[in-house]
Amino acid sequence: MSNLGKTLKIALGLAVIAALIIVPMNFNRYGLFILSQWAVMTIAAMGLNLTLGYAGQVSLAQGAFVGIGAYAAAIMTTHGWPLPAALVVAIVLSFAIGWVLGYPALRVQHHYLAFVTLAFSTLAFLVFRNESWLTGGIYGISNIPRPNILGFATNRPLPFYYVCLGSLAIVSLAVWWLIRSPWGRAFMALRENPLRAQSLGVDTRRYTLMAFAIGSALGGVAGALYAPLTQYIDPVPFNLSLSLDLLMMVIVGGAGFFLGPFLGAMIAVLLPEWLRFTEGYYLMIYAVAVMVLLIWSPTGILGILDRYMAERRTKAASALRAVAKSRLETAQ
Amino acid sequence: MSTLFDLLVAGLATGAIYALVAVGFTLLWQTSQTINFAQGEFVMLPAFLMLAAMHVGAPFWLAIIIGILLSMILLGLAFKMLLVDPMLRHGVLPLAIATMALAIGIKEAVKQFFSAEASPFPSIVPTGDIRILGHAVALQSVGVLVVAILAVVGLTMLLTRTSLGHQMQAAAQNPTVARIIGVPVERMILLTFLINAFLVALASMLITPIYLAKFSSGEVLGQAAFIAAIVGGFNQVRGAIAGGLLIGVLDNLAAAYVSTQYRAAVPMIFLIVVILFRPQGLLGRAEERTV
Repeated sequence: MSNLGKTLKIALGLAVIAALIIVPMNFNRYGLFILSQWAVMTIAAMGLNLTLGYAGQVSLAQGAFVGIGAYAAAIMTTHGWPLPAALVVAIVLSFAIGWVLGYPALRVQHHYLAFVTLAFSTLAFLVFRNESWLTGGIYGISNIPRPNILGFATNRPLPFYYVCLGSLAIVSLAVWWLIRSPWGRAFMALRENPLRAQSLGVDTRRYTLMAFAIGSALGGVAGALYAPLTQYIDPVPFNLSLSLDLLMMVIVGGAGFFLGPFLGAMIAVLLPEWLRFTEGYYLMIYAVAVMVLLIWSPTGILGILDRYMAERRTKAASALRAVAKSRLETAQ
Repeated sequence: MSTLFDLLVAGLATGAIYALVAVGFTLLWQTSQTINFAQGEFVMLPAFLMLAAMHVGAPFWLAIIIGILLSMILLGLAFKMLLVDPMLRHGVLPLAIATMALAIGIKEAVKQFFSAEASPFPSIVPTGDIRILGHAVALQSVGVLVVAILAVVGLTMLLTRTSLGHQMQAAAQNPTVARIIGVPVERMILLTFLINAFLVALASMLITPIYLAKFSSGEVLGQAAFIAAIVGGFNQVRGAIAGGLLIGVLDNLAAAYVSTQYRAAVPMIFLIVVILFRPQGLLGRAEERTV
């Protein structure tokens, strides 16, 4: 039975991946842009899900790291560097800054931590806006080139969508591996009970900093893809509301679930687009939908599924128990 | 030195408004662990309610009363019953996210049903200057300060001098014991939500003549109120007041002496320093409640 479930899951996963590859082939420019944006935001949300969902550290700065990655990529590629080099710089830079941002988490927790990261987010925005010698200030950076991957130009929307999708696949595999490694288990130990984790010999200090650094590095990856996707960046998309949006994606999808960010980003990026036919009302409906969902299931979409599965499992278990009991009785 | 004096007065006036908003913010936190990310939008909305009331022909004083009553119903009662109550037992974070969504909803609703443009808003204080200690001071600043101080003093009296206030404090500090000694905790919590709604409506009436009524004006204000609340002490009403005044003055001084580009950075850096070295806030006590 569980074997069948596993096969079904794998088949479903393969079908979704195939659909993501094949269906957009005849999408128009805008549809491909939105879908690419979904892939990019999913990467950023996966980073935040590591920090928040697995390691339990609240961060309101993920948008700032997307900004850092985006500016690193934009500045380097407009100066003639290839995107992979810029990607490495974006990762190293966000990792290092994320590491430093983790230090407050060693002292304060929960809402205090949220506010420190919120302040960092605003500071980063001010730097993007004001240091115009580096970032172009409010005029931003335009004509960001798209890369050549293995000799293929990705200037057109469809090839670049595959770049985003491929990156998402690589990041997903890496995160999948990470949360099953001892590190991932240490992160979860940190979330569930820091004191016990420490007494069991988990270096909570190092893992807290790591949770921030790795999560932020994924934000940087997303940013490095975002810049060539839009081909023009200015400070506005990287203000606090992006951080809040990403946090919303993680919670709405289901914090601490591997697939949570995929669904959360889908709701945050695609749902407003699907609601466009309601014209001026679409963001209002979106806001109401998020609130209703959270009232219904505070653990997000996957929380609903999780509860349903748990219920079914207990039902199945009690059914088995009943059968075993009746057998015992007949044997007597 | 006259400029420094002017800056201080202007800073205290905006700071007094921040204080009102921050006090409401801490009240909600104390009684029901609600981090209200929509607090800035809560300040933005009542001005539009008042404008709408004037639009259908109500005189200014009546519009203010209608605006305050409507905000108490919408931002106090409905907010608590529809959003906070069902989510409270699921922890701080989902509720905080839901208030973020609420902020988006309120902003969009105002943009859609009123206007995306900034609208002027009449002031309760006449324009003009009065002379204090040889300096010309805008009547508006004085009016704002007076109203804000009256509100804060009134609230403090309510909390410390009346039986109702004592019951509210008991409900905030230890709900279980409060319930045992017969405090109607639920009603007290509802009362803090109504007080918060009243305070934000008041702040709305005071600040909108200065900054105009605009759907997006809540973002800056909400952030300033957060910072004020944390800097002063998240679990203290007087901490929030001090924090509000401090942030208001700091913000104005930073604009004059640091740089206009980085003025917003000064309160942020101050916030980070305070959280790292005195996380309970300047006037707050270390958190006694177990989480």
